[in-house]
Amino acid sequence: MENPIIELNGLTKFYGSMKAVDNLHLRISKGEVFGLLGPNGAGKTTTILMMLGLAEPSAGTAIVCGVNATTNPIAVKQKVGYMPDSVGFYDNMTALENLMYIARLNGMPEQQTEERARQTMEMVGLAGEMDKKAAAYSRGMKQRLGLADVLIREPEVIILDEPTLGIDPSGVKEFLSFIRHLSRQQGLTVLLSSHHLHQVQQVCDRVGIFVEGKLLVEGNIETLSRNLFGEESFTVVITVKEPLPASWEPLKELEQLAAIRNINISEKAVEFSCTEDLTPDIVRFFVEKGLNVMGVHKKEFGLDEIYQRYFENNLKKNISNGKSGLFQRSFFKRSKTQ
Amino acid sequence: MENLAYFRGLFSKEVKPNSSPLSAPSPFSVMVRKEVADHVRSWRFIIMVVLIILTFLGAMYVSLKNISAAVANEQDPDRLFVYLKLLTTTDGTLPPFHIFITFLGPLLGIALGFDAINAEQNNGTLTRLLAQPVYRDNLLLAKFTGALIVISVLFLSLGLLMIGGGLIITGAPIEPVEFFRILGFIALSVLYVGFWLSLSICLSVVFKHAATSALTAMGIWLFFTVFYGIIINIIVTALLPDQYSLAPEAALAYNNLLLDLSRIAPGQLYTDATTTLLMPSVRSLGPMTMEQMAGAIPSPLPLKESFMIVWPQVTGLIAAITVCFALTYYLFMRREIRT
Repeated sequence: MENPIIELNGLTKFYGSMKAVDNLHLRISKGEVFGLLGPNGAGKTTTILMMLGLAEPSAGTAIVCGVNATTNPIAVKQKVGYMPDSVGFYDNMTALENLMYIARLNGMPEQQTEERARQTMEMVGLAGEMDKKAAAYSRGMKQRLGLADVLIREPEVIILDEPTLGIDPSGVKEFLSFIRHLSRQQGLTVLLSSHHLHQVQQVCDRVGIFVEGKLLVEGNIETLSRNLFGEESFTVVITVKEPLPASWEPLKELEQLAAIRNINISEKAVEFSCTEDLTPDIVRFFVEKGLNVMGVHKKEFGLDEIYQRYFENNLKKNISNGKSGLFQRSFFKRSKTQ
Repeated sequence: MENLAYFRGLFSKEVKPNSSPLSAPSPFSVMVRKEVADHVRSWRFIIMVVLIILTFLGAMYVSLKNISAAVANEQDPDRLFVYLKLLTTTDGTLPPFHIFITFLGPLLGIALGFDAINAEQNNGTLTRLLAQPVYRDNLLLAKFTGALIVISVLFLSLGLLMIGGGLIITGAPIEPVEFFRILGFIALSVLYVGFWLSLSICLSVVFKHAATSALTAMGIWLFFTVFYGIIINIIVTALLPDQYSLAPEAALAYNNLLLDLSRIAPGQLYTDATTTLLMPSVRSLGPMTMEQMAGAIPSPLPLKESFMIVWPQVTGLIAAITVCFALTYYLFMRREIRT
């Protein structure tokens, strides 16, 4: 990556003794759509605020568009559009007025503001609701208005914090494809944070998984799954009509195959983990044995599995010992060394 | 004017489209403009204005009814200042306007400032606003300036209305001295409301909920208007030995102590200062000895002398505003802005 537009070097943030962001290194190049993934409270928003110079890092630097965000936030904020996770508007003003206010704050000449605001509203599909009060806007409309608010400034980088929060599924799809389209069309760099994996999977070039203030892995989704699951990257689940006994004799034959790592029988379902795609062979084997195959399901590792691997321990731990910080930390250290 | 500006923009766009930096206003003035617009349209401001105008009309009515008697009163050295009399005369049914402002002013200041920052934070507009290329302190300054502009316009127009109405009703010409005294009174009122404004903005930074900050501001206001005087009295009575066995110097010292303590309350500062400005014959705000009074002719003081007397009060008010404002800055500048 020769020319990173966002460059975080050893970014660290403490809240009291709590480490919200821990020695974060990240580079995002121009024109990329990067997804910052992590459970709630992982430090995503804190990281974003530090990139905008709205929070001061305890250590490390955040360089955005070649400018240090901590020492020169105004220059960064001129180039970066930020949509916060719970975006709010002035309820007593209409949507258009809200947008025009932002345009003016960005130094847009007075005679252009209204025209630009109208154009942007049309772009995000709010042309019909321009003169409604912002208070009358639904959650999804506010989200679109938030996007308009970011776009009217013609930024180089867009940072969206949980942009899909509270929008219905079809709206999410539309919203994300619009963002992707924008990024491709205008060469915008987009950083979006989310805890919704599927959505991020759809649009991002690369993702980074962020837990407890640490960036555990980053890369595109295929690389991630290959790294994570190593050789056992194919899982086939066969469902049969009649329940099978826990140790079904004929299966021994299959276990001989080198490509099969593991077989799991649970009543009617048999799960195979293999290093190659053996689906046709397995199905043929079942048919030859005279079993009624009801379903064949090939699992591909998506973000869901990746997410699960990383977060499962964390979630359990958070529930079981939310009170004791010391214990939590030592537990975390242990799980890290695993 | 506006039409002209509009056309200028229209034509210059054709000639050179990149003249934009000149016509773009600074973010600060944009924010002030929005604050002023918000205040003027808000119900709470309208209600406060209606209240103040009502008391103003009431006070004016009472003073107009009694003005002829007041002006004819030979005992009063200030009787020739018709317009100052208009502001201060009363027959006891209603307090004069400046006394009304002593307790309505804080309410106005609190109403304009109590949710300045926390409402923005709770609505999620603060993060959005600060993600724009604006300085953080500009927001605070814009909140303060916007409200102060609104207050100044309100008091100035009330004052000028009073003068205009007085001119029509009494027909007496206004002396320049009177005009400047009234301007001084208006400036003082703006400062006084400005103090409560900056206090309530400070509280709006401290407290996350608008209701808490409003109630706290009201609490402070009630404390100073009702309880503070009582507490001071209790303390001084406890300290004071038998009044009658006291040497005159010691009595004077105690009296001064009482006054100094009571001047911690901004309302007292305001009352002192306005009384001096509106009643030119007031020579001192503290007790005076017989020696000091000896040879003095009961006559109005020149404008400059009156200003000299109220200068400590004005300084005190400005200092209080500055302290509140500095505290607000200190609290707000490094604060987390997420909701």
